[in-house]
Amino acid sequence: MQEIVRQLEEKRRAAQLGGGPRRIDAQHAKGKLTARERLELLLDPGSFEEWDMFVEHRCVDFGMAEQSIPGDGVVTGYGTVNGRVVFVFSQDFTVLGGSLSEAHAEKICKIMKQALKVGAPLIGLNDSGGARIQEGVASLGGYADVFQLNVLASGVIPQISMIMGPCAGGAVYSPAITDFIFMVKDSSYMYVTGPDVVKTVTHESVTHEELGGAITHSTKSGVADRAFENDVEALMMLRRFINYLPANNRVPPPFRPSPDSADREEPSLDTVVPENPNKPYDVRELILKVVDDTDFFEIQPENAKNIVVGFARMEGHPVGIVANQPLVLAGCLDIKSSIKAARFVRFCDCFQIPIVTFVDVPGFMPGTAQELGGIIKHGAKLLYAYAEATVPKVTVITRKAYGGAYDVMASKHLRGDVNLAWPTAEIAVMGPKGAVEVIFRKELDDSARIAELTEEYRRKFANPFIAGKRGYIDDVIAPRQTRQRICRSLAMLRGKELTNPWRKHGNIPL
Amino acid sequence: MFKKILIANRGEIACRIMRTARRMGIPSVAIYSQADRGALHVEMADESVCVGPPPSQQSYLAIDNILDACRATGADAVHPGYGFLSENTTFAARLREAGLTFIGPSAHAIAMMGDKITSKRIARDAGVSTVPGYAEVINDPEEAQRIAREIGYPVMLKASAGGGGKGMRIACNDDECREGFVRASSEARSSFGDGRVFIEKYIERPRHIEIQVLGDQHGNLIHLGERECSMQRRHQKVLEESPSPLLDDATRRAMGEQAVALARAVKYESAGTVEFVVDPHRNFYFLEMNTRLQVEHPVTEMVCGLDLVELMIRVAAGEKLPIRQADVRMRGWAMEARVYAEDPFRNFLPSIGRLIRYVPPRSNSAVRVDSGVYEGGEVSMHYDPMLAKVIGYGGSRDEAIGSMRDALNEFHIRGVAHNISFLAALVNHPRFRAGNLSTGLIAEEYPHGFHPGDTVHDDPVLLVVVAAAIHRRYMNRAAAISGQLPGYERRVPQDWVVLLNGTLYPVSVRCDGARQEVLYEGKSHSVVTSWQFGQPILRGTVNGTDVCMQVERHNMHYRLLHWGSQVDVMVLTARAAELLACMPAKAPPDNSRFLLSPMPGLLSHLHVAAGDETKPGQQLAVIEAMKMENVLLAERSGKVGKIFATIGETLAVNQPILEYE
Repeated sequence: MQEIVRQLEEKRRAAQLGGGPRRIDAQHAKGKLTARERLELLLDPGSFEEWDMFVEHRCVDFGMAEQSIPGDGVVTGYGTVNGRVVFVFSQDFTVLGGSLSEAHAEKICKIMKQALKVGAPLIGLNDSGGARIQEGVASLGGYADVFQLNVLASGVIPQISMIMGPCAGGAVYSPAITDFIFMVKDSSYMYVTGPDVVKTVTHESVTHEELGGAITHSTKSGVADRAFENDVEALMMLRRFINYLPANNRVPPPFRPSPDSADREEPSLDTVVPENPNKPYDVRELILKVVDDTDFFEIQPENAKNIVVGFARMEGHPVGIVANQPLVLAGCLDIKSSIKAARFVRFCDCFQIPIVTFVDVPGFMPGTAQELGGIIKHGAKLLYAYAEATVPKVTVITRKAYGGAYDVMASKHLRGDVNLAWPTAEIAVMGPKGAVEVIFRKELDDSARIAELTEEYRRKFANPFIAGKRGYIDDVIAPRQTRQRICRSLAMLRGKELTNPWRKHGNIPL
Repeated sequence: MFKKILIANRGEIACRIMRTARRMGIPSVAIYSQADRGALHVEMADESVCVGPPPSQQSYLAIDNILDACRATGADAVHPGYGFLSENTTFAARLREAGLTFIGPSAHAIAMMGDKITSKRIARDAGVSTVPGYAEVINDPEEAQRIAREIGYPVMLKASAGGGGKGMRIACNDDECREGFVRASSEARSSFGDGRVFIEKYIERPRHIEIQVLGDQHGNLIHLGERECSMQRRHQKVLEESPSPLLDDATRRAMGEQAVALARAVKYESAGTVEFVVDPHRNFYFLEMNTRLQVEHPVTEMVCGLDLVELMIRVAAGEKLPIRQADVRMRGWAMEARVYAEDPFRNFLPSIGRLIRYVPPRSNSAVRVDSGVYEGGEVSMHYDPMLAKVIGYGGSRDEAIGSMRDALNEFHIRGVAHNISFLAALVNHPRFRAGNLSTGLIAEEYPHGFHPGDTVHDDPVLLVVVAAAIHRRYMNRAAAISGQLPGYERRVPQDWVVLLNGTLYPVSVRCDGARQEVLYEGKSHSVVTSWQFGQPILRGTVNGTDVCMQVERHNMHYRLLHWGSQVDVMVLTARAAELLACMPAKAPPDNSRFLLSPMPGLLSHLHVAAGDETKPGQQLAVIEAMKMENVLLAERSGKVGKIFATIGETLAVNQPILEYE
């Protein structure tokens, strides 16, 4: 017995050290923390229960028999974040470059299955050089096993990927399936094929950073949901992020009491929409003044900036916010913003998070780039997402709600529960100028007449009353009371029950 | 008394006049330009009339439109405020022709005092002490040199029609004098269309002290003591106070008597200000007379307990002054700070935009705030960027400084840049606190502009304690979340490390209801506050002493603003602090390849094209903001690569205009 305990201690010590002091120093020199240090920061102190510390790989080829380290390059287990259970895996770059072996994959699959069974979120801290090439197809099989479980877990438990080092080739597809991908600036990158292969195949010269760095993915490709300055900030912010998510799709999202009064008025919202209908404003001011404690966790803040999405709380309950951003491209919907918002809406719907939508949209973006890029199908994703969502949906039209984009943005017709409008709302097929130019095409030469007709159209249609007459909006509210009205609507909707017809799954226009 | 008063002005002064009119039971009419449709003064007025498009020339200076507004609303008197038409003789005369009352002095008095050479002559004839000099027009450099020698160097050459520092030159010898004459007269010609220049003795370490006078139509004239306005930046007043820390009773009386004598010489019938330049030995010399209500009039109101606007209205209506000179008593000390929408850290560039947050300090017996804006309002590029005046009062000068510091500390503005940190640094400056002022103080003490290093906080432990208390509250809030594992709930640790300016402060934080006890180096600091998450201003006590701080929460740090200094503070577990130390310090992105727009504005000229070679100092572009043309010069030689901006485009701060290859 004593001998066993002694051996155990030895193995534990070896596992704790991962690839050894030299490799740990190298990891630090790269501005990265080790797998275990990261878990220390992510989880409540002392809450981590490690599993499979003694797992080792089974490969004997290419000298691998001598290179066996307990844990095999990934630390797995569960712990708590603010007392709530999360399952975690943290890849250890100091052990064989964090490469994924069959055993490594099995460890990940084991905690994923357990997370599914108990209904708790899964968090992956990715830092891996890729497949364990020495193991060949066994490693590939391992990836696929992880993918399969990611897919089965999708919509059942929240899955989050934090990319904290390399993530290349097949390895990218596990994070790609998870709900959110966060990255660390300068020390992480993701791509299917690296710069060397790109050079050989397409003769393009490109750096790691340009091809798959945190900036690239959080500003251009839309792959990453946020980019953080360093490991410490990334993990602290991840802790904050988890607070918005339910444990699984069967329980409501976590409540946290807020001292912020539901009755709080914000007089300055009365002037947030400028008098000039073509002048932009920053919709984030509206969001920050409406939500609890001015706390808003924005998702993809630097990508497709013409739509703003993110999490906040209202009276302590999490909500998903979707808002057209008039500051960028006048807030119109295009391919990227439709995809960004659609995925966000579907996440909220999966996990019982009510959706609050602020509408100021002049329409879909015109142009060949958009049409040839398939705006029809991509725009339909957002339409589909809103239409299928059964969670509480509260919509506030602040200004423009034109054309098909009006329908898309959580309109009454797409089962919006409470649809409110500010007095500045204009719900119409298109802007007054455009409308008059279509209706009175023959009189286009008479600019005075056109101006007069435009004014008449504006008077008649550029207001919330036409839509109000038909019940497309439930009420016109004072901007300063927006918080009160949303809070009350969400409180009323807490008992909402709505189910879509049974089906295997819908066929969203992918 | 008047039936209705129209206020031919905007901003804080229009609001301030309306407050008095309302108290007197007189309805007020606001005028506004199209850019001011939603302005505070329009909101406050009983009636309002749009008088034209945004440019002042077509609205606030459009005399015909204002007269129309009077007729349309039935206003029988006009208060001009300061600036705009307040010293415009045509306006005063036109109003009188139309049978309306101009609440101010006669057109004659305005005309007499409006010209520097004329006003000096009148002053000298009235026995007012004037700066030794030659109050006649000088014709050529040789004549200038002869006169300068008679007066004795150093001398000042000044444009007769000048103001704001334009057309002014100091000369210490003959060469400088001849050259200065040529420069001053050409500048005067181009700026004011009037090349006349005169010479006077240059006063070293000068202080600007002015006397408030008040007259009625019955020949009564009194003075209300002095205001010292020596705290100036580029000839613009920044801080004013009353009384002056320099004057003694004898000097005050002598200055007051001379000011009244001058006012009497032009039959002055309203509120006016006689400005003097005073040397450190209390020798005073007449500078000029302002025939209007001054921006800084509230400090006089505070120490004299009078409402100058009310008195102006009453005397304009023909009433007698209700007080005699013997009734005037100055009690306590008052000072005023002008809060501008300008960025002190970017060479005081004006800032425009929406006031996302605007929370002025609370008014009480020691603090008065005259605001012209409100939260959610817009600071437009068309007008003076003054947002508000803060007036601090106290029994002594130190108490007044204390009131001012507290008030500035509470002032919360977001959306536009503002100069509060600069004002806070000034009132805390040893030279200011000692009352050792001169109009050159700011230029001498901040020769290279104002920098964040000029606002270093003197009590880091206070910042540490507050940050730790805030963090503990956030952690407690996070720990109150539902869905925790029973029996394994989050227990927030007591021990934390606060990282401030590169120093680690280990603290321990205990909570007891609304109170936090922060233990640092064996000393316990008790923090009590009703502050709630997301609120921009934290008010409370630390160890029983009142504390007010502005708080913003960012990703990893809290940004605290206190007494004009801004710091970013992190609160971490000891382990996180240790691991954070492993993280590489990242250099800020190198923008030297880019020409960035230093301010929001319109790109009006672009002097280079892609591929051009530039030399240092060469003009690259011109940005128009606040009606000013700001020329951007090349700082380096190089070849222009990409051009990002187009002429006519509205640029944001730091927006790239072009890139070097």
